[in-house]
Amino acid sequence: MIEAKKFQQAYNYGFIDESTKKEIRRKMLKAVAIPGYQVPYSSPEMPISRGWGTGGLHATLSLIGPDDTFKIIDQGSDASVNACNLRNFVKRMTGCKTTFDTADATIVQTRHRIPEEVLTDKQIIVFQVPQPEILRGVERFEFKTRQMHAEADYAKMWVSLYESYVKFGAIMRGAGYPVKVNGRYIMTPSPIPRWDVPNLSHSDTLHVFAAGREKRIHCVPPHTLVEPLEFEDVKFMVEKFEGIRCSVTGEGDAFMDEIYEADGGRKHVINDSNFLDKLKLGGRPNQRLFVNPS
Amino acid sequence: MVQDNTDNWLLRVRGLTKIYGDPISNSIAYTGPKFGSNICPETDAIVACAEIDFDLYPGEVLGVVGESGSGKSTLVQLLYFDGEATGGEVYFRSFEDGDTNILRVTNQKKRYLRNHLMGMVYQNPRDGLNFKFSAGGNIAEKLLMANEFNVGRIRNRASSLLTQTEVPVERMDNAPATFSGGMQQRVQISKAIANNPPLIFLDEVTTGLDVSVQAKVLDLIRGLQQDLGISMIVVSHDLSVIRMLTDRTMVLKNGRIVESGLTDQILQDPQHAYTQLLVSSLL
Amino acid sequence: MKHFLEVRNLSKNFLLHILNDKHIPALEDISFSMDQGEIIGLTGKSGSGKSSLMKCVYRTYLASGESMVYDSSTFGPIDLIEATEHQILRIRKEEMTYCSQFLNVIPRVPAVEIVAESLLVKGVAENEAFRRSREFLERLGLPAELWDAYPSTFSGGEQQRINVARSIISQPRFLLIDEPTASLDQKTKDVVIEAILEMKRSGTSVILITHDEYTLTKLADRELKLVGGRICEAEAATA
Repeated sequence: MIEAKKFQQAYNYGFIDESTKKEIRRKMLKAVAIPGYQVPYSSPEMPISRGWGTGGLHATLSLIGPDDTFKIIDQGSDASVNACNLRNFVKRMTGCKTTFDTADATIVQTRHRIPEEVLTDKQIIVFQVPQPEILRGVERFEFKTRQMHAEADYAKMWVSLYESYVKFGAIMRGAGYPVKVNGRYIMTPSPIPRWDVPNLSHSDTLHVFAAGREKRIHCVPPHTLVEPLEFEDVKFMVEKFEGIRCSVTGEGDAFMDEIYEADGGRKHVINDSNFLDKLKLGGRPNQRLFVNPS
Repeated sequence: MVQDNTDNWLLRVRGLTKIYGDPISNSIAYTGPKFGSNICPETDAIVACAEIDFDLYPGEVLGVVGESGSGKSTLVQLLYFDGEATGGEVYFRSFEDGDTNILRVTNQKKRYLRNHLMGMVYQNPRDGLNFKFSAGGNIAEKLLMANEFNVGRIRNRASSLLTQTEVPVERMDNAPATFSGGMQQRVQISKAIANNPPLIFLDEVTTGLDVSVQAKVLDLIRGLQQDLGISMIVVSHDLSVIRMLTDRTMVLKNGRIVESGLTDQILQDPQHAYTQLLVSSLL
Repeated sequence: MKHFLEVRNLSKNFLLHILNDKHIPALEDISFSMDQGEIIGLTGKSGSGKSSLMKCVYRTYLASGESMVYDSSTFGPIDLIEATEHQILRIRKEEMTYCSQFLNVIPRVPAVEIVAESLLVKGVAENEAFRRSREFLERLGLPAELWDAYPSTFSGGEQQRINVARSIISQPRFLLIDEPTASLDQKTKDVVIEAILEMKRSGTSVILITHDEYTLTKLADRELKLVGGRICEAEAATA
């Protein structure tokens, strides 16, 4: 079927050869079976540099077929240069449909955001992950971090949260907040804002995290418990946008970008471009909103 | 007529052995104080310690003396799982009622033993403290390992431990690198006793400190021992430290125990030639 | 009859490996017994083996010989030559105290704390222990301004008083005391003697080494004179 739809004879369908795609899918299945566990994979050469979304492409191209609809965002935007180029590449290599509409997509590849609109069980979201090892900040040796994961020895991670609380009075982590998956492994949710972290838990969607440069895949399967690390008396909080309205739509309750104006003033705009477009057209898509503990 | 409570031991060590390199069956037989070497003449394997047998009793302070290379640090490192023993059996009353050889348990259980039931104070604070974290963070690490996930309680416990070891509490959030050597040792001691372990190891804790600081650290250790009733294994090449802190002493040479006994007996009526030499060198 | 301590044919030989395995006999064939509440004075010239005998009883020296049976309150009759180290440690902690001629303590610990420590290990409450220690040091005439100072800087007589104070304040069942009154003035001597006699009345047995005739006659029920490591039979009793 796929062979019949080869788009360009010079390349295999989806750029990566079939046996490699099969290997990546197999590793993905293993990652699904052990939620939060980092599975090493082959990470074949791509026509872009490692660190520019190769992991995301590996996952996407291994999963995608001609009937899929592909959406790719970079920091919430469908129109950034990186997103556009990768979208063109995937389209040329697979002949799939592409879309900006979150609800229409079957595969969403993303860098640094989860769409505001609730994803469904018909969709897969692929994250481009720069550093899959959440423990790298506290332990520089790979063999030691692997041992720490194997033995669920996460005290150092916790101490770094404690230290952050002592220094700043709160657990300060702008992006990549550590989460515990299915009560076992601690993993990075990739550098998404804290705002998006609660949406990983008990979602209907399969989340695939692929790091091309580091050659690791980890997954959060649908309906899996994902808990941000928090102390009994110092709780996880998402970014606060209280009283802040989007300067384009006038709406609140979404992750906002802060924009500096020429006169030194500031305004806010909703970060998720498709969500913003839908708000402008008048309908507000379904969202899962997390309420900070008081 | 005598009721002896010899079954009351806290730690029982039998045949503890550590060999680096390729041992042959004769490595142990051809090394030791009799040969004045712990290097196997046939394979160059280094027998760091061998045939170590002793019992430690609750609340007791056991000294381990010997010159550099006698295997005294190796001994406590093996017991604290800093290295893996080549052979032997170690039973620890506080762990599975002393029925399990703790050298042969899973890594998770070893970690549990290290963090809940034992403490270690190293000669070099950099071995015992994480210099990336604050003093309080170092203590927090131990408490977090014991599943204490309440920041308020962690900070309370850390500050009471620092008070106990006479570290100014206002320095709690400072990095250990900004502390004096004596203070770093105190933070290490706080960390070692954070989870109220029944047993701690002290490896040359006062070596490298100046004399006045040494005295205070020794006094602190002695006081903690009396207040908390912790059992201790004190490793030192300094016989005055051994004399001040310990009830019993083992003398190590070339990786073997050459003599053991009550500390005052070892110091005043040494039986083995090596101990006699060691004691006669006491300043 | 069961004695408090019964020593039979005790000997002590030092084998010095560093002097080409030289044998130095210290004690030979010592036999004696003592009862509860008795004070035995060990006398003899320097080097006659007084301290060695005392150290053999305390197990600082490993003695040989037939037996040395001590009627322990914890273990019952126990042979101190054969007892395990743990039994000895327990007896030392709970029953037997050794007071050497010299003060040997952790530096930088205040005098009053050193004295209080021997009460604290027996489980006396902290306030009580410190109160009694100060009281006792006052009785021994140690100036109050020295109580919180470090004894390593003290004079010989002051150190002596602290050493004696910490040994007898806890009222051990069995006291081994070496020259308690040397380098003390007459008044303090009398205080120490009175304190030891007080303990005797409450049942403490004492082995005492002294060169001081006054202390000996005041305290000892019996004198054991050692000559060259043997008990000199001629002067078996004074009191």
